[in-house]
This record gives sequence, structure tokens and C-alpha cells, in this order.
Amino acid sequence: MKLHSLTAHQILDLYKTQKASPQEVLKDVLSRIGLIDSRVHAYARLSSQNDLTQGVCAIPIAIKDNMCTKDEEITCSSRILKGFRPPYDAAVVERIKQNAGMIVGFANMDEFAFGSSTETSCYGATYNPWDLSRVPGGSSGGSAAAVVADETLWALGSDTGGSIRQPASFCGIVGLKPTYGRVSRYGLIAFASSLDQIGPLTKDVRDCAMLMNIIAGYDERDSTSVNEPVPDYTKALVHDVRGIKIGVVKEAFVEGLDAQVRTAVEGAIDQLKKLGATVKEISLPHAPYAVATYYIVATAEASSNLARFDGVRYGLRQSPANMRKNGLMDMYEETRAKGFGDEAKRRIMLGTYVLSSGYYDAYYLRGQKVRTLIKQDLDEAFKECDVILTPTAPTTAFKVGEKISDPLSMYLSDIYTITANLAGIPAISIPCGFSKQGLPVGLQLMARAFDEEMLLRVSYTYEQNTEWHLKKPSL
Amino acid sequence: MTHKNMSQAFETVIGLEVHLQLSTKTKIFCGCANMFGSAPNTNVCPVCLGLPGTLPVLNHQTLLYAIKVGLALNAHINPFIKFDRKNYYYPDLPKGYQISQYDFPVAKDGFVMIKTDKGPKRIGIKRAHLEEDAGKLMHDNTDNCSLVDYNRTGTPLIEIVTQPDLRSAGESYDYLNTLKLMLQYLGVSDCDMEKGSLRCDANVSIRPAESTSFGTKTELKNMNSFRAVKSALEYEVGRHKQVILSGGKIVQETLLWDDQKSVTVAMRSKEQAHDYRYFPDPDLVPFTVDYKVLDQVRAELPELPGVKLERFIKQYGLNEYDAGVLVMDQAAANFFESCCESYNQPKKIANWLNGAMLKEMNERKVGISELGLTSVNLIELIKSVEDGVLSHLAGKEVLTLMLDSGKSAGQIIQQQSLAQVSDDAVLMAIVDEIIQQNPTAVEQIKQGKFAAAGFLVGQAMKKSGGKANPKKLNELITRRISHA
Repeated sequence: MKLHSLTAHQILDLYKTQKASPQEVLKDVLSRIGLIDSRVHAYARLSSQNDLTQGVCAIPIAIKDNMCTKDEEITCSSRILKGFRPPYDAAVVERIKQNAGMIVGFANMDEFAFGSSTETSCYGATYNPWDLSRVPGGSSGGSAAAVVADETLWALGSDTGGSIRQPASFCGIVGLKPTYGRVSRYGLIAFASSLDQIGPLTKDVRDCAMLMNIIAGYDERDSTSVNEPVPDYTKALVHDVRGIKIGVVKEAFVEGLDAQVRTAVEGAIDQLKKLGATVKEISLPHAPYAVATYYIVATAEASSNLARFDGVRYGLRQSPANMRKNGLMDMYEETRAKGFGDEAKRRIMLGTYVLSSGYYDAYYLRGQKVRTLIKQDLDEAFKECDVILTPTAPTTAFKVGEKISDPLSMYLSDIYTITANLAGIPAISIPCGFSKQGLPVGLQLMARAFDEEMLLRVSYTYEQNTEWHLKKPSL
Repeated sequence: MTHKNMSQAFETVIGLEVHLQLSTKTKIFCGCANMFGSAPNTNVCPVCLGLPGTLPVLNHQTLLYAIKVGLALNAHINPFIKFDRKNYYYPDLPKGYQISQYDFPVAKDGFVMIKTDKGPKRIGIKRAHLEEDAGKLMHDNTDNCSLVDYNRTGTPLIEIVTQPDLRSAGESYDYLNTLKLMLQYLGVSDCDMEKGSLRCDANVSIRPAESTSFGTKTELKNMNSFRAVKSALEYEVGRHKQVILSGGKIVQETLLWDDQKSVTVAMRSKEQAHDYRYFPDPDLVPFTVDYKVLDQVRAELPELPGVKLERFIKQYGLNEYDAGVLVMDQAAANFFESCCESYNQPKKIANWLNGAMLKEMNERKVGISELGLTSVNLIELIKSVEDGVLSHLAGKEVLTLMLDSGKSAGQIIQQQSLAQVSDDAVLMAIVDEIIQQNPTAVEQIKQGKFAAAGFLVGQAMKKSGGKANPKKLNELITRRISHA
């Protein structure tokens, strides 16, 4: 039996009947990684200590390379953090360790989560297991690729504008961005603090619910974490969508949407109707401004969050041979010039610009106002429906190198996912079909804040009636 | 035009910024102890070091302290609490930004009353806001390198900014002393400038006396005492006048006060053009302080120095000087009141506290509570003097002995036989001797010059080793001479 090809809940069942042990599972996963990761390149690095003596129900997990793990090198896949070993565990890492998760390794990502293709990593690109000439999406592309290639049982990613859902869509797996404040950000190296949220990338919806049970919850170390009771998410796995009102966003089905993606998503809508859901068309009038708003708010916060990478305390430090009079400024400039890649520099400059005196009102302040309008659109929409439906991404996985030198077209791959981050609501991507080229298509569902259960219920019901999630790439 | 005429034609305009470290148990955004003097980089944690992924959590005590200060400054308290990031690069700033408050300071539009020659004056307070302190850079010239100590990082600060209402270096000095005393009363800081718990920057400009617009200002930093603030301002005002009188223009810049040379020195101009790119800190969610919390802080406010001064004058009949000296030291003022409760001689108690006791405190370099003296102890001593058991001089000696030994006045009087001699027979022998030795003085007294009696009393006191009862001596001398 190929243990690595199972889901986490199937593995747990084997543990219960003592048909497998964590040692066997880990060994199997590691050998799978040894066999194929040179081609997929899902991992930035493996964990330095694969402790086989951990708990009796330990499940191997991949962690995105931006979640602090004590004494492990954590770099956000950036040269500037090379050699940085945090002296503490992120809140989610603590929870994983307490719940006997085995951290297999640290998944590759776009540098500082800036990107939608996992091509901007200082370790080089991750490749899509369905077609190695294509990207796995991003920025949690390593996490998504590792899951679908069976190089881990499940994974954690972070989502600022779609960084869990878009790679889940490109790789044909389940990816959930929880409500802002549902999962502690303590120890997540920040990209945009008001948008970042950690979430699961899994092989099916049940695994997603189980991983949520481990990571969700209030943390007093994160002031933005919300003290709401955490339900047992596996109880939301109800095979019934009768009477659930699904709103289909009409603005999502316009120019720019790939025809095959459209067909697959429309097929999913029909299926949900057949299963008893009520489907109606809704409008999010401010949706067209989401991408612009996002690139103001997110880059502004990023420019400030990344200021601490200055060569003074940790990570890379470059001192030029010929220092000018003010050696300090030279050190800063040289370190940041060498340490950050092009996309990171682009976003730092953009963010610095929109916060600059004289431009703040025109960009950052206006961006925040539009953000409020987008939230209001959603509040209105949720008066009429329980779930909002869109494609996860406008296309299937694109070719490596195709968009890397065209930032604007790259930014548009998050056109459907950004809204949920700006509004702080939960959203999930689940597989809903394949293109003629054999590439997965993702369906996005959004729900009211703290109603992850609604997403899990609709997703579970859909999944029970389809087989997309059972397909595997041949590697 | 003479220099004197010109100096009269200018008005000085000063605004001060005071940074005060709050003495909460822990730092403002993490659990590290808020203390001074640890070995470098030992009083730090991932949060105050700004390690990647860490997040700030507000220490609510700092907010309560800030509200307290705001109320004492007669300011409007902003119940909407919001923090902003002030972005700039410096090695002592581990996150590359300082968490501060930009458009919603905890307190705004307050005032402090100060005393001037022309009577009380109201100094407007523009704002008071919470922020975090940075670390400390140390330059090692022998190794040609700089070292950073992050212990101070995250120490809670409140920045108190005045309106440009101060009109001289002297007024600024008085304002600082008034403010410091008030802050000490609030118990929110040790206000120790040497340790850096209180720091002051000044903005200064001059303008023609009749003008209502402001002249170009310069900012002064690096003053390590109130006296230095005063000297720096005096120097800078003089410099402004000189520049303007010689036809020059003041450049808006930041200058450092060099206390050794007593001059201001311009900082590198590169430090000037900062764009701090303030924006709301997304890691700290804004919230509104419950009015009940405000009411509670208000209820816990101590009586402030100005009010106490007025009350001491009115309630105890003290003169302004005595009341003023007592109020300068909150503990002494409290001690005074507890003495008055059991011994209704406020003036005498004030004399002792502002005289002998103050001298002891200064010599021992301690506060009144560290003297180990209770109000009961002091009253026993004062009563011994008032009842004539001790001379005033001996009383002071007994006080010293009490503080040295921890014994009561009664115990010491007994042991040291310091009790005043009032025995007629003993005193008469001394008086006879003095009269014999000073015939001139005796003659003067006989001629009605009674002032000479004081001289004889003094001589007799000396003879008795300070133990004689001066009142009794006076009586005996007068009687002896008139009967001679």
C-alpha cells in the first residue's frame, strides 16, 4: 500500500486499527520526496529533525517557509533571511507540534509571498505536478504541489490575496483561507498584516476540516485574533445543501475568464442546483476595483513590514568594500539590493510610494475607503445568500516564465480571490473539473465571517458527488 | 540702535517636547520587565527585538498611565485608541518603524499652570501620546564600530508636547519643574533625567515683539538636565538675535547642545528630510476605552501640587514659602499632614520639616520615607523642644542621633543627658560667672540697652554646652543685674 497517496483521515483510520504506524508513514513520505522532489521542487528544505518517536497519531505535514519554527532555518524563500533560525515557534507550529504533527519540511514559496506562481523564490521555481512545464500557482505553490504530488499528507499555507486558494486551484486540491482573526498570525512572517491568514491545503474536504480543528483558535499574542468559540469543523461535513442559497457573482463571468474554466465552474453550479441548492445571480459592484485596492493596501503594509530586514540583526548583511562617509546607509542599501529579488523590490517601492506624504490621501486612504465599499457589497450580498460562488482563478496553470516579466497580468490571477482578503471573510477553493490539457480547475466559495462551517458543508456535499479530488497526476 | 533696544524688540517663542518613560512593570508591547541597568541585550524577547513574525500586544497599564497624565494635564482624553507606525531606518529601531500615535493621541488640548513674575500663566498642551522607546547605540571609537543595546526597546513612553506658549528660557525651566513635580505626584515615572526616563527637546524661534507670525524655528536636542535646557535656550535665543541683527537668516534645523562647550552644534542636514510615512498599525486593532475606565482613573488621581499648595496655605495657615517647600516633595507633604493630625502646630512642624529634616535628607541623600522616622517620633521630639526639655540646638542633635540609631527622642535624651538644664542653682552659678567676666555688657544693660542681655545669654549657653534653658537664663540674668 502506498501510504503517501492516502489522505490524513485515511491514515488516522489505519493508526486506529494498527495497520500503519507514524514511522512507516513518515518513511514512506520521505522516500516519495526523495523520488520526485528533484522534479517538482516543492520544498525549500526538509526539517532538520524528523522525529520518528512523536505521537501515535502523528501525521506528516509541510509548512510554508514563512512560519517560524524553533531552531529551523526559515527564510520566506528570500536571500535576505538566509541563515535565520527563529528562537520561537509560530502559534500554528506550536499547535501542530502539540497535536503530534510531524513537520516534514518547509515548502517553497514566492519570495515573501509576493507572487502567484512560486517563481520568485530564491531557491528557484516549484513545478506543477500535473505538467512540470507549468507553475503550481502561488505564493503557497510549494505547499500545494507537495500535497498533490503526495510529498506530504497535508500542508499549511498563507493567503494574503489568494495565495492558498489559487495554488489549490492550479494543483487540484482543497485550500481554505479562514476568516481574518480565526487563526493566529503570531510567528507568520508578515506580508500584509491586515490581509494575511494561515490556512490548510489538503487532499479533500474532511482533511481540511480536521486541520482547521488543529490550527483555529484565539491567541492573546495576536491582537487581531478573535476570541470566538471554535466549533468541531468535522461536524460541518454534512451531505446536504438543500435550501442553501448560493449567489453567483455576475462580474466574475466576463472578459478575461478562460472558456474551459467557465465551463467547469458552470458545471459545478448545475451540480449544486441538482443537489438542492438555490442559485441566484448577484452583483458585487465594487469588485472591479479589488485588485487595484489590494495592491495599494498590501504593498503599503509590506513596505513597512519588510523594513526590519536591514542587515543589522540577522540574515544577510552586505558591506560594500568602498564605504562612503555614511557607512550605515551603504550597508542598508547594499544588503537590501542583494537580499531582495525584483518582485520584492517592486512591491517595497510601490508601498513606500503610496504612503509618502502628498500621496497618502490619494492612494492609501482612498484604498481603505474602497475596501470598506467592497465589504459593504458583501454584507449586502450575504443578506440574500449563504455562499458566494466564483471561479478561483481566471485560468488554469500557466507556463513557467509566461507571466514573470508581466507583473500586471500576474496580478490579475488573483482577481477573484482578493475580495475575501479585503473583506476578511473565509473562502475555499475546491476542485471542480479539468481542462482538455488535463489541468485542474478550482471553484471558489465565500461565506460570512466565522462561517467556515458553511463552506465545508457545501464543499463536502459537492465533493461527495464528484470525483475530481480523487484524480492524481502521474509523476 | 543699542543692543538693549534690539533685545527688547524681540519676543522669544518656545515649545517643548517631553519624552517620559512610564514606570509600568512590563514594556509596552511585550512581557519583558521594564527596568533600567541590565547587562546589554539581556532584557529582550523576540517581540521587542522585532524578530520576523512577532506581534505587539498593548500593555493596558501604559494606557491607564497615559490617561492619568492626560487628565492631570487638563486635557481632552481621546477614548478611541489607535496606534500608527512611524517608519524610518536606524539600527536602534529593530522593526524599521516605531509604534506611536499619529492622528489620535491619547490626550490633546490641555494646559499646565506655571508661576511667573507677572502671576500665574497658562501653558497650552497640544497633545500627549503613547509610543515605544528605541534601543541605544554605543559608539566604540577605538574599534571604530557601533554597538546596539536593545534593552530599552519597547519601554513605554508618553510624549508631551506644549503649544508655542513659552516666552523665555526661564519660563521653560519653570514649566519643566512644574510638569516634573506633577508627574512625580502621579507616580507614573521616576522622572530621572540621568537615567533618561525624562528627556526634553525644544523648538525655539524669535520674532519682532509686535508680530503675530512665527519666526523660523530651530530644534534643540541632547539637553541632559533642566539647567541644560535653560542654558541651551538662552544660548540659542542669543544666536538667533545675532544672526538676524547681522542681516542673516535662521535656517530651520536640528541642533545638539554641547554642555561642555555651552554651545549648540548643527546635526548633519541629512537627518532632516524625513518622511515618516505614518499609517495605522494593522497589528494593533483600534478600540474605544469605556467611560467607566476613564471615570475610575479620574477618581484615582491624587491631589496635584497646585491644589495642595493652595490648601496648605488655607488649611494650615502656612506662608507660601513653607507650603511651597513641602509640596515640592509629595512624601514630605504627606508626612506633614500626618504630623498635623496629632499635633496641631502646623507652622512648627513645617519649620522642622523644611529645616532640620530637609537638611538630614539632603545630607543622607534619601527621601523622607527612607529616614525611618514616624510622625509620632518627630512630634515627640518637637514637643520636647517646645516644653523646654531640649534647646532648639540640642533638638537638632537629637534628631541626628534618632536617625542614626533608630531610637526615640526620649530614649536618647535619657541616655545622652541632653535634657535642658532648668535647675536654678546650676544655672545661677553659670550666670554669676558670665556677669563677672563681662562687666561692659552688664553696664550697658544697666543703662537700658537690653540687647546686651542677648549677648550674655549666648555666652551662658556656650558655657552650658548648649544644655541651658535659654528662657530661664534670660530671666536669671535680668534678675541678677537689676538686683545688683
